[in-house]
Amino acid sequence: MTQAPQQQPKRDAPGEPPISSIDLRKEFDAVAIAPVLEQLDGELIGLVPVKTRIREIASLLLVERIRQKMALATTFPTLHMSFTGNPGTGKTTVAMRMAGILHKLGFVRRGHVINVTRDDLVGQYIGHTAPKTKEILKKAMGGVLFIDEAYYLYRPENERDYGQESIEILLQIMESQREDLVVILAGYGERMEKFFQSNPGFRSRIAHHIDFPDYSDPELLAIAELMLQEQNYRFSPEARDAFVRYIAVRKTQPLFSNARSIRNALDRIRLRQANRLVSDLDRVLTGDDVMSIEAGDVLASRVFSGGANGKAT
Amino acid sequence: MRVTQGCFSFLPDLTDDQITAQVQYCLEKGWAVNIEFTDDPHPRNTYWEMWGLPMFDLRDAAGIMKELAECRRVYGDRYIRMSGFDSSHGWESVRLSFIVNRPAEEPGFRLERQEVDGRSIRYTTRAYSVDRPEGSRYAGEA
Repeated sequence: MTQAPQQQPKRDAPGEPPISSIDLRKEFDAVAIAPVLEQLDGELIGLVPVKTRIREIASLLLVERIRQKMALATTFPTLHMSFTGNPGTGKTTVAMRMAGILHKLGFVRRGHVINVTRDDLVGQYIGHTAPKTKEILKKAMGGVLFIDEAYYLYRPENERDYGQESIEILLQIMESQREDLVVILAGYGERMEKFFQSNPGFRSRIAHHIDFPDYSDPELLAIAELMLQEQNYRFSPEARDAFVRYIAVRKTQPLFSNARSIRNALDRIRLRQANRLVSDLDRVLTGDDVMSIEAGDVLASRVFSGGANGKAT
Repeated sequence: MRVTQGCFSFLPDLTDDQITAQVQYCLEKGWAVNIEFTDDPHPRNTYWEMWGLPMFDLRDAAGIMKELAECRRVYGDRYIRMSGFDSSHGWESVRLSFIVNRPAEEPGFRLERQEVDGRSIRYTTRAYSVDRPEGSRYAGEA
């Protein structure tokens, strides 16, 4: 009985003799990885360690491809990753991009992302977990399986928890079908650390542990401006100053979750802007009016009054 | 006698690479791929046993090939076929079906002639393999 064929990453027509030298530039252009990396640089603010690691991985994959063409021994690189970092630091966003990058380089065949949490993997009664996990794994074949808040899979306080069963299936597939599937685990730093401690098998099967740092104030501002730009809004200069102050104040308050807090703040600012525009019906609006956000829209936030501790997220 | 049912059955048996390519074709068309098996090869036997549920919403053939490997491990001595089901409006039926596994020995069919009403004859085909009880039909000379 033959195993399912283990598809090799793209290579030239079989029978072609191995080549001894290669034009690196040409090869680099051929995989069209540069635009993806540029997009990553342009659209993701900050996250220097993450970008560095992605560049490294991209380079490794490129070199592996070349080695393959030269008929040098290659082992399929382990691409499973773990993303750790505080809320709103861009783990999910990067995971989505990662699928595209791996696809461009020919290391996953389809480049889709299946985004799951514990609920999708772990069943509710005996015998429910294995089919459920396998179903998800089948869907993720040829792409990336993104497990958000992976530490929930393991619940040490309940020894009959079905999560362990799911973990075992995952580990087995991660090892035996490395060519077919890339698993990315994500979660908050400390709890992921605990999770890996209690599941050493996971740590050793994951080659890339990437830590997502918190954003600095200027980075958060840049993120806000990028988000607004995408939605065809912009800060007036005063509003921009007000938002700088907003970030500084918001950061000191509880439940601050980086870019996610910024996005929520912008959503509320847009509400206030809309309300301001609608409150005065007897005038002609220009495109500029509709696009620009004024200082008042920002300053009306409860964050400044300090009374919203824990409420404004 | 080699059973010829479904697509490709007059060709040599498909290799796993070829099966993968066919499955990928089905998936790209948006069809749900299903694995079925039986040990009753009669052409009128349309009800084969299902190996799990039809696999909806997959993107890549690797998952299905894994299921096939598993099915072969358990029922490697029977016929296994794959079908691609098109759920789109107006079709709602199987678009492609092909055999991916067959027993080592295929004893073939007996043609029975029943003389009725004088010189009239009724014909029946009966697979030799179904003389044995289900489950032990292709287990070799037990």
